Amino acid sequence: MKKLSLILVSLFFIFSSTSFAITYSSDPKMFVSELVNDAINKLSDKSLSEDEKVNFIEDVAIENVDINALGLYTLGELRKSTDKNNLEKYQQAFEKYFLKSLTSRLTDYSSNKFEIIDAEKKSSNYTIVKSKIIASDNKPEIKIDWRIYTKNPEKPLIRDLIVEGLSLARTQKEEFSSILNSNNNDINILISKLEEFINS
Amino acid sequence: MHFKKFIILTVSCFLLTISWAKASEECFEKTSRAIFKFNMGFDNAILEPIAKGYNKLPEPIKNGTSNFTSNIATLLSIPNHVFQGNLKEAGDATASFLINSTVGIIGLANPAEKLGLKAQKEDVGQTLGAYGFGPGCYFVLPILGPTTARDSLGMVADSFVDPFAHVTWRENELFGISGQRLDYVAVKGTTAIDFRADNETNFDSLEKNSLDLYASFKSLYLQDRENKINNSSSTENDWGNLDN
Repeated sequence: MKKLSLILVSLFFIFSSTSFAITYSSDPKMFVSELVNDAINKLSDKSLSEDEKVNFIEDVAIENVDINALGLYTLGELRKSTDKNNLEKYQQAFEKYFLKSLTSRLTDYSSNKFEIIDAEKKSSNYTIVKSKIIASDNKPEIKIDWRIYTKNPEKPLIRDLIVEGLSLARTQKEEFSSILNSNNNDINILISKLEEFINS
Repeated sequence: MHFKKFIILTVSCFLLTISWAKASEECFEKTSRAIFKFNMGFDNAILEPIAKGYNKLPEPIKNGTSNFTSNIATLLSIPNHVFQGNLKEAGDATASFLINSTVGIIGLANPAEKLGLKAQKEDVGQTLGAYGFGPGCYFVLPILGPTTARDSLGMVADSFVDPFAHVTWRENELFGISGQRLDYVAVKGTTAIDFRADNETNFDSLEKNSLDLYASFKSLYLQDRENKINNSSSTENDWGNLDN
């Protein structure tokens, strides 16, 4: 019995230390603010190892980014004609691709000051939160708009980041579209390219 | 002279013809991809190492260089603001150029910005866009990079509209000021290095994470031009389509 409780306690600590249970405000403006400030604190924490930072970014992204919708959006019109099996394969590969490219972009992050400017409710489904990274000595100010999906008002989700007017989702969609166009819209080619990136 | 006119006319007719195509359409994708590959080689061998060296310079030197090239670029923005009917912006750009060229010591400092005068960059491609000219098809130029039919036509026209190009590239005298082609090339080259240095991390990240780097550059270029023409930073919204 003692052994069992020791195992259970150990398991609890293992899981609680590897997985961050991250919940932020349901108000889009506060949601972005809390999420970014949390990320800035974690990523600039020198006591955290690179692996811990990668785990943190992945957990935050899985919980707060609408990766499923992003995957469908980047697939364009092909999502309507692709069979369920291939779509599932694509979604799995896309999630891994998204997380890998996100962590490679953020782990070497250096701390910057961040400020929320405004929020604009576009529809019942979308709110655009406007923010900026404040200029420092050697870096100019960067404007970032966050497309927040608010269909479930209790659980806002990030669908796109628009950095200085350049939509990351649209860039990704047009990149995938180019690959598909030059390969007879064969989704398997796109999946294999995603897998190639994941395993590189 | 007649031959020169003939070439300009032929090129203009050609560009106007291909400008009927949509921006997402390619003029000659295979050639563009080959040129893009060449440009990436040029970037890796020459531009990137220079930009990395430039980034190691002391901040005041980098800022001074950036301010200097931006101030010269304002000269092209002034007539384009006028052509677009944006007289307030034309006035702001003129005041910014005059203040930075004098108080700002030939543009090395940017006191105009502290006075709230932010010179927005405009070129003939943007003016044509503001008049309703579509971008036309997309292609890549050696060294100069991504462009569209409209923007390449605009680039040629820039050299006629820009007072700096008039003095340097065309070697004409203006208000007693004269220059040489080398001055033009030096300023444009420095502008490119400054831009490349500013975006060092972005380029690295894009190269590392893109599955089709050519397509990523194309998308970013077209979005950027769209925003500059509309003087806004809002991107097209086709997300609604997903929720249907």
